Amino acid sequence: MNTLRAKNFAESPGGAGEELLVARIAGFVRLVHEHGFQVGVREEIDALKVARHCTVLDQQRLRWGLRSLLCGNVDEWQRFDQLFDAYWLSADRQTRVEYSPRAKLDQREPPVRPGHSGVVTEADRPQTGDAGDAGTSGARGGASRQEVMTGTDFRFLSDARQMREMERLVERLARRMRRRLLRRQRLARQGRRVHLRRTIRNSLRYGGTPLELIFKRRRRQLPRLILLLDVSRSMSLYSYLFLRFARGLLGAFRDSQAFIYHTRLVPVTEVLRERDIDKVKEKLAVISLGWSGGTRIGESIQRFNEQYARKILGSRSIVVMVSDGYDTGQPELLAEQLERIQRCARKIVWLNPLLGRDDYQPLAGGMQAALPFIDVFASAHSLVSLAALESQLAYL
Amino acid sequence: MTDIVAFQERLEAAGYIAEQSLAATLLLFAGLKRPLLVEGDAGVGKTEIAKALSNVFDCPLIRLQCYEGLDANSAVYEWNYQHQLLAIKIQETEGRTAEDKERHIFSERYLLKRPLLQAITMPESPVLLVDEIDRADEEFEAYLLEVLSDFQISIPELGTIKARSIPYVVLTSNATRELSDALRRRCLYHYVDYPSLDKELRIINRYLPQIGQELAGQVVQFMHSLRELDLRKRPGISETLDWVAALMRLNVKQLDRDAALIAQTLVCLLKTKEDRDAVTREVVQRLVANAV
Repeated sequence: MNTLRAKNFAESPGGAGEELLVARIAGFVRLVHEHGFQVGVREEIDALKVARHCTVLDQQRLRWGLRSLLCGNVDEWQRFDQLFDAYWLSADRQTRVEYSPRAKLDQREPPVRPGHSGVVTEADRPQTGDAGDAGTSGARGGASRQEVMTGTDFRFLSDARQMREMERLVERLARRMRRRLLRRQRLARQGRRVHLRRTIRNSLRYGGTPLELIFKRRRRQLPRLILLLDVSRSMSLYSYLFLRFARGLLGAFRDSQAFIYHTRLVPVTEVLRERDIDKVKEKLAVISLGWSGGTRIGESIQRFNEQYARKILGSRSIVVMVSDGYDTGQPELLAEQLERIQRCARKIVWLNPLLGRDDYQPLAGGMQAALPFIDVFASAHSLVSLAALESQLAYL
Repeated sequence: MTDIVAFQERLEAAGYIAEQSLAATLLLFAGLKRPLLVEGDAGVGKTEIAKALSNVFDCPLIRLQCYEGLDANSAVYEWNYQHQLLAIKIQETEGRTAEDKERHIFSERYLLKRPLLQAITMPESPVLLVDEIDRADEEFEAYLLEVLSDFQISIPELGTIKARSIPYVVLTSNATRELSDALRRRCLYHYVDYPSLDKELRIINRYLPQIGQELAGQVVQFMHSLRELDLRKRPGISETLDWVAALMRLNVKQLDRDAALIAQTLVCLLKTKEDRDAVTREVVQRLVANAV
């Protein structure tokens, strides 16, 4: 990048003004890059074109032009103005320093207090926007940190930054799953082929000339995921991460649905689809206001069966239950309701984060009752174990 | 700045009311000739941008509607099998060599051009609208990316077809799926938000000039407060226009006259059962009172 910038200097028609412009634009592109914008050399060159095009004095125009050029999604679109003002409008260029290191913002945040309950408190935590796509220090830092974190049990995440990093990874993992599932199916398909029998049959009409070719093609079928997430107190260490995971899955798998339950069941598909992560948190907090203690898995699933199942369960559906199986209701009811689901859906997957612990035995009453109806019983306590889910989803 | 205003006026003459910032982006888009990715909620007028541009540039508009399962055959080209087979039949009695016949049936005459191929073989730059790119699969997105960066398409039987002119490419997305970073990087980006009061008023006046100014003002206010409610599907500009047309049909001159009638016309705006339930009569009254 540096050599190229040097080249630009050389090529430019010369003059101090021109050099200053090149330097200023380069500085700005670097600034937005530091803030996680996906920009490269090409954008830098185009940014210069924009700047030359509209004379630097025309500040509003420069803003609009650079915004279209450098932004790639809504999140960046909304952050752009602030960066632009900070860089171009302040007389003192030192202000930049205040903005760039993201890590500093993180240190100001209080660490996650362990043992916190559920969605409500997670939502209360102050957030400096979605750490989401931005990545703290570009690609280099991210990779190694990710490696360390893949095997960690989610409950050992201590500070806010790790937590947010994990949230981001979890959501991204979910989105990637779809891509890989599709690829797998494409390999199995082996391209388009002529369906000979039908083609010859149709050719009779034209005196034996195969005028109409009939192709056979495997219809691509992705599973429809129905996520039922336990957000009770015993799951509090995990529930927010699973909600992020659910958000990623909803984004990747069309017509999937998500519900949360505790003592009641509430559909949250629309809430999770909300683009702005802070709004998602607010809405979830409102939903879970005033929920009493205890977990009624059986009753919640009963409600699901009565109200939603008929509309959304089908032969493509995989029901994913996320729960530790600690149920204060009747185990018999849970068994009965799971059986009903089993009859309508393709598969029941039960993710129990406790399964990742060495000493865990699925002895809880609810868990015991549920086991006979579960097709896949897996742990989901770390990124690795979540990624392993993919192969389960691939074989419908 | 003058050229932006001038461009804004040209857009308006073509039937599209744009903010200055959008006009600036479009001007840049025409200058740089990079594809433009337009995002925003449904009904804010993303597709209309492409139509207006084709009007302003006075060039044809080629539209590629994306959907799940869209493949290269329906987006780029296909051979016209029937004609080819007929041609073979006809040639049977002629004494041409096999090679000659083959060259004949795989000539451009038997090629069905689909939107992408059509767009790059036009003598003058057309506007290519790739609508709802988020509905297409990732594989198609990758293919599109290749076409958009090289502006050439290779057809095994014919060889590589290079673009005769580079089209103005407008992509729209509703964000039902995350687009790849590669595609985002290739494109200029513009996020279209719901219109401001002033803009919506101008749009209504532009499309339904017979409307009284009193009603127009009230409608715009009403729509703004309606969009602030927590709805599943927030009504866009096209819904506003539908509603205004309905109100005019029913001879409504002011929103606060006939509450029952207004409640009936809300079918134009609220398109899901949940939203209908959420906007009760009291809510409507409150919104109307705010608007008047």
